[in-house]
Amino acid sequence: MIVIKNDLCDFCGTCVSVCPVDVIELYEARLVIDHEKCTECLKCVKVCPVRALEIQG
Amino acid sequence: MKDYYDIIIVGAGPAGSTAARIAAQHGAKVLLLEKDREIGVPVRCGEAVGEKGLKRVLEPRPEWIANRIEAVRLIAPDGTVVKVHHEDIGFILDRKRFDYDLAMMAAQQGVKVVTKAYVYGLLKENDSIAGVKVLHLGKHFQIKAKIVIGADGVESRVGRWAGLKTNLGLKDIETCVQMTVSNIKLERSYCDFYFSAKLAPGGYLWVFPKNEHLANIGLGISGEFAAQKSPLEYLTEFIEQKFPEAAILTTVAGGVPCAQFMEKVVANGLMLIGDAAHQANPMTGGGIIQSIIASDEIAGRVAAEAIQKNDVSESALAAYAKEWDKVNGNSHRRSYRLKEAVYKLTDDDLNRTAATISKKAPDKQTIINIFKTALIQHPKLVPDIIKVFLGSD
Ligand SMILES: Cc1cc2nc3c(=O)[nH]c(=O)nc-3n(C[C@H](O)[C@H](O)[C@H](O)COP(=O)(O)OP(=O)(O)OC[C@H]3O[C@@H](n4cnc5c(N)ncnc54)[C@H](O)[C@@H]3O)c2cc1C
Ligand code: SF4
Ligand code: SF4
Repeated sequence: MIVIKNDLCDFCGTCVSVCPVDVIELYEARLVIDHEKCTECLKCVKVCPVRALEIQG
Repeated sequence: MKDYYDIIIVGAGPAGSTAARIAAQHGAKVLLLEKDREIGVPVRCGEAVGEKGLKRVLEPRPEWIANRIEAVRLIAPDGTVVKVHHEDIGFILDRKRFDYDLAMMAAQQGVKVVTKAYVYGLLKENDSIAGVKVLHLGKHFQIKAKIVIGADGVESRVGRWAGLKTNLGLKDIETCVQMTVSNIKLERSYCDFYFSAKLAPGGYLWVFPKNEHLANIGLGISGEFAAQKSPLEYLTEFIEQKFPEAAILTTVAGGVPCAQFMEKVVANGLMLIGDAAHQANPMTGGGIIQSIIASDEIAGRVAAEAIQKNDVSESALAAYAKEWDKVNGNSHRRSYRLKEAVYKLTDDDLNRTAATISKKAPDKQTIINIFKTALIQHPKLVPDIIKVFLGSD
């Protein structure tokens, strides 16, 4: 599961731009991933400028 | 908010506010939706623009300009400085003020501007986009429109909801961090660009002064390399080494699409503009002026004309894609090829180039000469050089 570290996330949308299956929702200051539909391709984890995403489990 | 507008624009950055203003000037009823509580904030941008580009589309207001840039310095990995002479000088903007004013100028033309309005889906009718689903102050709304324009930036999803493939590959996203840094000493009329795989692999680091003691210092690296070391780690290291006394006033993250020219930017009842349409220059990552030119000179007008003629089909809106290709297609394609070639250079290539160039007469130290010298020393890149400089598509 991709875990969002809320203390680090800057809500910049870089992860949204690379998600191949469009399952990241970016509100003004809230990021939500639809874990059911996420394929765990890790693209979002790789591009995050501040390492706010992590794969766990 | 009413329940119908001729045109709904998603995102109030430079692209959205400009298209809104122009469409309204051409008689359309326009709704401009922005998810954030304040337009222009946070500033995820180096704020640099060329003077020519800005003046092509807008009469610059003094309050938009934080600083005037006279020259650009390229800094090689070994520290060799090449001062580039470029006829087009530039400005460092106050983008918060700039974006704010662009939205205000749209409002003055009758555009309804709504902030804290998050678009989470599209309405569809008979194979055409017919409006948006919005979350505004805790309530859900469905608002109809003949045309929806996605101006929703790098994080754009509007195009995808309409079936356009706009997600980026890792090599086509520059992942960035920028800090506003004070308590440093700078020459305020120079913009500095550092090229080095050690500082910013597959990208560059910039120092854009706002005055002698304050600068936007940031970097972008290719999405391919960010997993090993993040942009934040690269930038923190650079600032600690170069400006140990610095006070960091803001830190922002961001992404810039540095992608191939996007051919398909319209669908039935839908258009994409700005970063949402990957219009930023893929070599430099600059996207403010492109977003405004595409919206001001083309998209806003084409949308309003489609409303007047009551034909919002993909083929009617394709006039926008075609005109934009004419205005910027070749230049964008060339920049993409240049990016691909330049980011293959090693630090040794860059050092040798800087050494050669810095011996040339000042008026020969142009961007084109620099890249020509750099690329010619790398035989494997010759086919790329030919393509880039002869522009053979
Ligand atoms: C670190 C960094 C430095 C840069 N430096 C420069 C530079 O020096 N010079 C330059 O020319 N360019 C620069 N750029 C690029 C430039 O910032 C962009 O090209 C430009 O902002 C694009 O304008 P836009 O209107 O298309 O998108 P944006 O300015 O990103 O605006 C998009 C808007 O849409 C809103 N939005 C998104 N999704 C939704 C939704 N679902 N509902 C409602 N609203 C939504 C967003 O909140 C945002 O306000 C830089 C970019 C970065 C990240
Ligand atoms: S890329 Fe990182 S910082 Fe940006 S929105 Fe995604 S998780 Fe947050
Ligand atoms: S891991 Fe892949 S599929 Fe899952 S949210 Fe990230 S980018 Fe999307």
